[in-house]
Amino acid sequence: MSTATGTRTPQGGSPSPEPTAAPLRGIVAAELLKLLRRPATWVLLGLWPALQLVFSTLVPYISYKRGASYEGSPPEALLASTLPDRLVENSLSGLPLFGGALLLTLGALLAGSEYTWGTLTTLLGQGPRRLTLLAGQLLALVVVLAATVLVSFLLTALAARAIAGGASAAVDWPGPAQLVRALGGGLLIATTWGALGMLLGTALRSTALPIALGLVWVLAVENLIVNVAAPLLGVFDAAQAVLPGVNAGSLVAALAGEGAALRTPGVAAIVDGGQAAWVLAAFLAVSTALTGLLLTRRDIA
Amino acid sequence: MQPAHETTGGTSGPGTAVRDDVVVLDGLTKRYGSRTVVDDLSLTVRRGEVYGFLGPNGAGKTTTLRAVLGLIRPTSGTATVLGRPAGSPGAQVGALIENPGFYPYLSGRDNLRVLARYAGAPAGRVDAVLGTVALTDRAGDRYSTYSLGMKQRLGVAAALLKGPELVILDEPTNGLDPAGITDVRALLQRLTADGCTVVLSSHLLGEVEQVCDRVAVVSAGRLVVESSVRDLLGLRRLVVAAEPLDRAAAVTAGLLGAERVAVQDGVLVVQAGAEDAARINRALVLADVEVTGLRQEAQTLEEVFLQMTGSELAAAPPPDAPHERAQRLPQGAVR
Repeated sequence: MSTATGTRTPQGGSPSPEPTAAPLRGIVAAELLKLLRRPATWVLLGLWPALQLVFSTLVPYISYKRGASYEGSPPEALLASTLPDRLVENSLSGLPLFGGALLLTLGALLAGSEYTWGTLTTLLGQGPRRLTLLAGQLLALVVVLAATVLVSFLLTALAARAIAGGASAAVDWPGPAQLVRALGGGLLIATTWGALGMLLGTALRSTALPIALGLVWVLAVENLIVNVAAPLLGVFDAAQAVLPGVNAGSLVAALAGEGAALRTPGVAAIVDGGQAAWVLAAFLAVSTALTGLLLTRRDIA
Repeated sequence: MQPAHETTGGTSGPGTAVRDDVVVLDGLTKRYGSRTVVDDLSLTVRRGEVYGFLGPNGAGKTTTLRAVLGLIRPTSGTATVLGRPAGSPGAQVGALIENPGFYPYLSGRDNLRVLARYAGAPAGRVDAVLGTVALTDRAGDRYSTYSLGMKQRLGVAAALLKGPELVILDEPTNGLDPAGITDVRALLQRLTADGCTVVLSSHLLGEVEQVCDRVAVVSAGRLVVESSVRDLLGLRRLVVAAEPLDRAAAVTAGLLGAERVAVQDGVLVVQAGAEDAARINRALVLADVEVTGLRQEAQTLEEVFLQMTGSELAAAPPPDAPHERAQRLPQGAVR
């Protein structure tokens, strides 16, 4: 500690200017730096498009090449399901289930580790508004999720183009309007999962428990409600229409359009697309509001 | 020395705080359930001073500092910082609270870059504060590879990022070796020379005694006393062995006033500092008094604390001084 501190010398007695909190764009940049330098981000956000590509495109294509059939469909149907016109469902079909689990984990890590590392105290010690901190974290998350959704589309498109070229099949891309809707819908689903993860991480001020609870919910509880409880009891049949996973699956089904082969678990048109989008938006808004409430109302100890 | 209940009379409350009162706590109370951690705490930190916040572990020091930063909401009472309610966005306050939290996967420099964005500080401040805490060489290494002392120094660097008017350091020498502790002390002196106000919490007596202008002593969440270190330690004592004793007492009383002179156990006990020793000696010799011994005694903060609370603080020997009490006289402690 040898050089000058470089601190400002306040003028004694004179009022200092009204302090201003750090601007949001600076905080978004800081959060992007944190996200991009964090190995967990790359693992979780890399896994989703990779798994997506494997299960929606590569596995059906390899099955086709081997002449296998799927649930009575001929191999040609398998090939057709990997071609460019099926880009939307092949890029998004993992989001309701395993993609959701991964993104919820990312959200829980993002918020929960601020508590486990004690960094929330350090961040707030620099004087930002608490809601600006939350907005910065959420916006940075949206940026990386948007990039990941794009990557999923690009990877799937490249694979579909290569398959179509190899099989001399028609290269029939979805229209621009459908693509834009699909990108927006994919981002809505991804952000909703991330925000739910942030709410869990903030509420429980840790990482392990919110991740465990989130995974059990996405991978087990919703499945049990949809496949076991709903057919047996009317109350669960009605309740499933407001589950985040069910609505994510319904939105993907709607975005895929008519004639899509919906064989990925979790993707099913249980509610219509418009309703699904509104329910997901409500989940996003409510979970963000609750996170903001917890962040502003609670002591940071 | 003032008793606790008299210390804040006349200080301004929230909204009307004069600018030279940097921190004003007024009846600050924090309860968790039935447990009262901070109990009706009132104190004032003035501009430009190094203010010691002293108390044993668990006395409520960190909770109080968290309230000053606006991290926790008081159950009752108010905390005003730089004339605004504690926790006001963008306040020119830098803080190191307990063991600082940083992102283990980021380098020290990237950690500070993130925090500079949160502080609204220019990017150039990052390298400046890294230099201040002598971490430039290791700034590119991941935080998880830092030693305890380096982590603590990075915490100090983070507190200085925005060039704050008020720096709050909660146990800043935790985990530091003696050289590091000396560095912190030098840093505190530079900060005050630059016009900063510093609040330093510690359970280490030596630390507070040597660097602080004024201290608040807290115990079990309550303010025991708020005072200057000099007043808190009491007037220093010169013990004079002289013959004849009664003449020595008369001469010294004539010099300093009778109320500062007492005969105890065959020696003269004078409430005076080292700066008075030579003239007392000269006056006694000129009055034909034979001076056979003259030594100084001092109370330490620990003795004061024990007198006031009956409980013990951790007394840390100054890292760069021998342990004899004579080396810890308050005139060296009070700047």
